[in-house]
Amino acid sequence: MTVSAELELRSFVLLRLGERRFAVSANQIAELVPPSRIFRFPHRTPKLEGVILRRGRIVPVCDVSEMLLGKRLTSRRFYLIAMRNYATQREWIAIPVTGECELINTDMMAAAESDAPHVAGWLSHDGDVIEVLNLDTLTPGPEQALAEAAAAQRAEAQP
Amino acid sequence: MRLAAPVKPSPAKTEQIILFRVSGQLFAVSSASVQEVRSADSMSGAAIEINAPGLRKVRHVVRRGDRSLFIVNGAMHFGLHAVEGALLFVLRKTRTALLIDGIEKMATMTRLQALPLSFCHEERQWYRGLTALDQSVVPVVHPEGFLSPEELALLDAALLEADNSAAADLEETESAQ
Repeated sequence: MTVSAELELRSFVLLRLGERRFAVSANQIAELVPPSRIFRFPHRTPKLEGVILRRGRIVPVCDVSEMLLGKRLTSRRFYLIAMRNYATQREWIAIPVTGECELINTDMMAAAESDAPHVAGWLSHDGDVIEVLNLDTLTPGPEQALAEAAAAQRAEAQP
Repeated sequence: MRLAAPVKPSPAKTEQIILFRVSGQLFAVSSASVQEVRSADSMSGAAIEINAPGLRKVRHVVRRGDRSLFIVNGAMHFGLHAVEGALLFVLRKTRTALLIDGIEKMATMTRLQALPLSFCHEERQWYRGLTALDQSVVPVVHPEGFLSPEELALLDAALLEADNSAAADLEETESAQ
């Protein structure tokens, strides 16, 4: 038996944001859809652009480009519809991406403690080392709101 | 062999809603939550100015017997570009009169979808949920979401202060006369 056969291969979807590629575990991905009309309404959650209608469901659009690239990407070719886990529920979210996505099977290196919270691990593909994203920490949710509130309280408490 | 009797689909639960605009943005409210619709002009005579620190969205209050209705500027509440509101919704079982641009139309809502959990800030108090209507998505507002208990306490304090100062002014005028 070869070493590679011993490793557990997993499926990942590679997505493109500008010049960079990122990966998401394939079991979190529902579909890749062309851009549709975004419905915007007032809210206070950062990184949320609005919602799209998909198969009768209302799906929030989470722009992760600023967090991952440091700048917002205005051009987009598709929405990657992914499943986001909350404490007791799972819901679809739409992530704008700028290019085609690719399904690959590979093994993942676990994230180190020093990695950012949104990094679930690393994988090597086509000579690139690619971040595997943890959508549950990358996209907004009640736990982030609580963390932000706690951070704001700590900042206020500091002299 | 007998086939099972077909299950009669239960009629979908519907709700009458009013679609309205605030600063050009479309919202919906259950028509059952709206007690009165008044023109902003008709209320202006009865409105008293009020100034609660840090609460710019409420500038006026209307007295109705022993009840005070706070006029909430919808545009300022939602952080939209402020425009002169033309209509007021007096919201049932609240102390809010909501200043809006105008009514778009009445409609029937067949499904209210909970606000996705990604929306995790003040909007969770603002909206009951979202509804898809004519290939569009409209937020359905929560009548109690315009003024929090903390904001109401601030407004009551400001109102009391305004009353005391008016009483003191009156006393001063009477003694001068």
